[in-house]
Amino acid sequence: MFRRRPEPGAATVAVVVEGRDVRVPDGASAAAAVLLAGLAAIRDTPVGGAPRAPYCLMGVCFDCLAEIDGIPNRQSCMVTVAPGMRIARQRGRRAVDAE
Amino acid sequence: MTFDLAIVGAGPAGMAAATLAAEFGLDVIVIDEQDAPGGQIYRAVERVAPGSLFGASYLAGQSLASAFRASGARYRPRSTVWHIDPGGAVSFLADGRSETVEARRILLATGALERPVPIPGWTMPGVMTAGAAQILLKTADLLPVGRAVLAGQGPLLYLVAAQLCRAGAPPAAILETAPPANYRAAARQLGAAWAGRDAVAKGLGWLRELRRAGVPIRRGVRSLRAVGRERVEGVAWEGGELAADLLLLHDGVIPNTQITRALGLAHDWHAAQCCWRPSVDQWGNTTLATVAVAGDGGGIAGAEAAVLSGRLAALTAATMRGKIDAAERDRCAAPLHAALAHERAGRPFLDALCRPAPEMLAPPDAVTVCRCEEVTAGAVRRAARLGAQGPNQAKAFTRCGMGPCQGRLCGPLVASLIAEVHGVPVSDIEPYRPRAPYKPITLGALAGFAPHPDPLPAGGEREEPARSVGG
Amino acid sequence: MKLFDAIVVGGGLVGAAIGYGLGRAGMQTALVDEGDIAFRASRGNFGLVWVQSKGLGAPHYQRWTRRSADEWPLLAAELFDRTGVAVGHERPGGLHLCLGEAEFAERSARMERMRVESGNFGFKYRMLGHDEVAAMLPGIGPAVTGASFTPYDGHANSLALLHALHRGFVAGGGSYLPNRRVTDAAAATGNFRIGAGGEAIAAPVVVLAAGLGNAELAPVFGLSAPVVPQRGQILVTERAARVMAMPTTTVRQTLEGGIMIGDSQEDVGFDTGQRPDVMAAMARRAVLSFSWLAELQVVRAWAALRVMPPDGVPIYDQSERFPGAFTANCHSGVTLAGAHANVFAAMVAAGALDPMMAPFSARRFDVPAAA
Repeated sequence: MFRRRPEPGAATVAVVVEGRDVRVPDGASAAAAVLLAGLAAIRDTPVGGAPRAPYCLMGVCFDCLAEIDGIPNRQSCMVTVAPGMRIARQRGRRAVDAE
Repeated sequence: MTFDLAIVGAGPAGMAAATLAAEFGLDVIVIDEQDAPGGQIYRAVERVAPGSLFGASYLAGQSLASAFRASGARYRPRSTVWHIDPGGAVSFLADGRSETVEARRILLATGALERPVPIPGWTMPGVMTAGAAQILLKTADLLPVGRAVLAGQGPLLYLVAAQLCRAGAPPAAILETAPPANYRAAARQLGAAWAGRDAVAKGLGWLRELRRAGVPIRRGVRSLRAVGRERVEGVAWEGGELAADLLLLHDGVIPNTQITRALGLAHDWHAAQCCWRPSVDQWGNTTLATVAVAGDGGGIAGAEAAVLSGRLAALTAATMRGKIDAAERDRCAAPLHAALAHERAGRPFLDALCRPAPEMLAPPDAVTVCRCEEVTAGAVRRAARLGAQGPNQAKAFTRCGMGPCQGRLCGPLVASLIAEVHGVPVSDIEPYRPRAPYKPITLGALAGFAPHPDPLPAGGEREEPARSVGG
Repeated sequence: MKLFDAIVVGGGLVGAAIGYGLGRAGMQTALVDEGDIAFRASRGNFGLVWVQSKGLGAPHYQRWTRRSADEWPLLAAELFDRTGVAVGHERPGGLHLCLGEAEFAERSARMERMRVESGNFGFKYRMLGHDEVAAMLPGIGPAVTGASFTPYDGHANSLALLHALHRGFVAGGGSYLPNRRVTDAAAATGNFRIGAGGEAIAAPVVVLAAGLGNAELAPVFGLSAPVVPQRGQILVTERAARVMAMPTTTVRQTLEGGIMIGDSQEDVGFDTGQRPDVMAAMARRAVLSFSWLAELQVVRAWAALRVMPPDGVPIYDQSERFPGAFTANCHSGVTLAGAHANVFAAMVAAGALDPMMAPFSARRFDVPAAA
């Protein structure tokens, strides 16, 4: 869906999106990483299982919810990438580790 | 310590208010959820290198940001406000922990959001807002792959299209949804057009760029819909269709009233802009003595107006703290008021030109209006016919507005649909009443909130109060 | 002026349930309701269909609650058949968690009193230790000493119930009159006139079910409803996979997956504001009860005003001065929906409350307490 502007010497950060290594411009959000990685969807809705991708990128719509570093339902557009960050699709309702 | 001024939002209004207030010697704290100052209009302004992509008006944000950084105001980025006590406390989530600061005065500078654009298929992957594409360009240097189509109306639509052209990724087409009636109405606002000629000239400049780049623009597009199965594959309208890999929608911006509504402030309906805004006086004062509003959050008027209203709010705060007297305040404020009037003078032309098409306010039954809970326009209309008088009752019947966005996006749509069913003006419909937490907060962070003694009786038995009848 | 067989004032859970029952009994009923912005205790409901420890010291209330809980599955099934709305009722039994030995001892004594007071009616309960609770509810925190359990408890979706009752009421021929706050009323035996929203309607039977509004309305009809507001705050989390098989008094998981937390009781008058320190205390107790709750995000919270009679026990009454006028007041609109729709409404339709309802009359407040 998106590609990087050719910018020689631009700093990048290595993250993992659904198990795949992706290099993302420094300062980008986790949502941007997902779009760059070309994922078909970032989440499946908990109500109807519909595929969704980031919509507003500014923290209003909550459609960009993803599992980041093991924590589910994070607004990925509000999280800046860090080296080694693991970003995964949020599949429906979050899991609960009740022991 | 108690701050003199707590500002929510580090966009142009927040930055300008903080900088001026600090100059007057006030203790200021600015709380913002992004990781750098700039809000949305100056997003990533500190990091973007000057170049051909972004014009001078965007880069003007850099001096605002550097003045803000140097002002001495306390700045808490990556901090999300979840509760405000108008008595003088702001609670926010930072680093997984809740903190509370006390302040004598609170300034809300939370800006605007893009109006929802409820066309069939708008929830599919590959459909985003035009603003989102601009954010990706500014913060991550990302460009669309394949055919990007822009649809809707409003200055941002054309600005983003022009920026994409400059970056070497011209959109495949622009589909404008402004009804012909808009042009007629705008033609009656030529005085305002003249007053706002700088903005008009900018817009014409973008149109020239797009023409030079060969981007086709279709006007008067109706019944717009996104087409595709698992993701967007094309866009169709009455009498036409196009293949598309990305659909960018925009139908204007409206004030973000989430916190002002939660606080119970009075609001008034701006008929020309088709939106609610908090009721404020010329200083940004609201119906609550301790709370003021500045910037687009108080009414859409643009970045320059936001800076001016931020400075006016700072002057008010400085006067209340006794740093300056009323005469000095008025002396400083006079040029600001004049400049603000000038900024606002051109709005009626833009407002008439960019009025949302009726089908964008009250979409067909099959269209999802509450994205979080997947509630359709039809379900909301049914709830209204069952007797729901407003969004809060419709919420009880359909779950619309109960998702994590707390009705930020669906609020205007639900209200319009209910108004349509009841045959009343949408301004008659009271919108959602949002509550704290304004944004999600974990139970763990919430539990760590107060060091005070537990205000709950142990066991908290709900159905049996302490009193009970004898015998 | 429009004439009806019955007018119910108040379109919340109590009014809608009674109105639904009256419609089913063949009465042409008007349901008079306020607008979108109103106190609406029904919108703040936690959703428990709760029996355990209701009616301590008031065996008639204990029995009424049990009866309602037993009527509930029938009402739920009927509403689904008639309206297609599923109210999500489940009755797996319920737990009241105790943190610390003192709470456990107090709870144990309370449960035993309930059993004794139930007399021949009977009251089955068990006091469970930590490990037994852990077997029923995974992830119980170490601070949980134990819990009381009864098989009578359950929960439902209170908003779905309200929706279903409204749909059922209208489908049954009822007239829903919203946006009408009662401005004036006149009472005479078998002839009641209500002015609301600029219109006047009349009926030989009227039921006051206006929640907190009943206090002011009741005297006009020769009734008394001395209810006061009691604020309760509720937190709701993001949707999670189903982990709680059973509801507790203060933490339950909805069918949609969100966890609801609610247990505050605040005397603050008509203030529906939230207090973060109360929300924090609720969060603390919830996290102590279930350690895994700490990571879940609260996405919604609100405060609502319960309709609280002076002793917590419902007030049901019929007017002696103006026969044909009735009133229903309680803070458990969900739990008592079964009784309201299936039992109370039938009494009103028959023209008089059953003698067993006498202890619920507001006259009990006139009697000096026994020494």
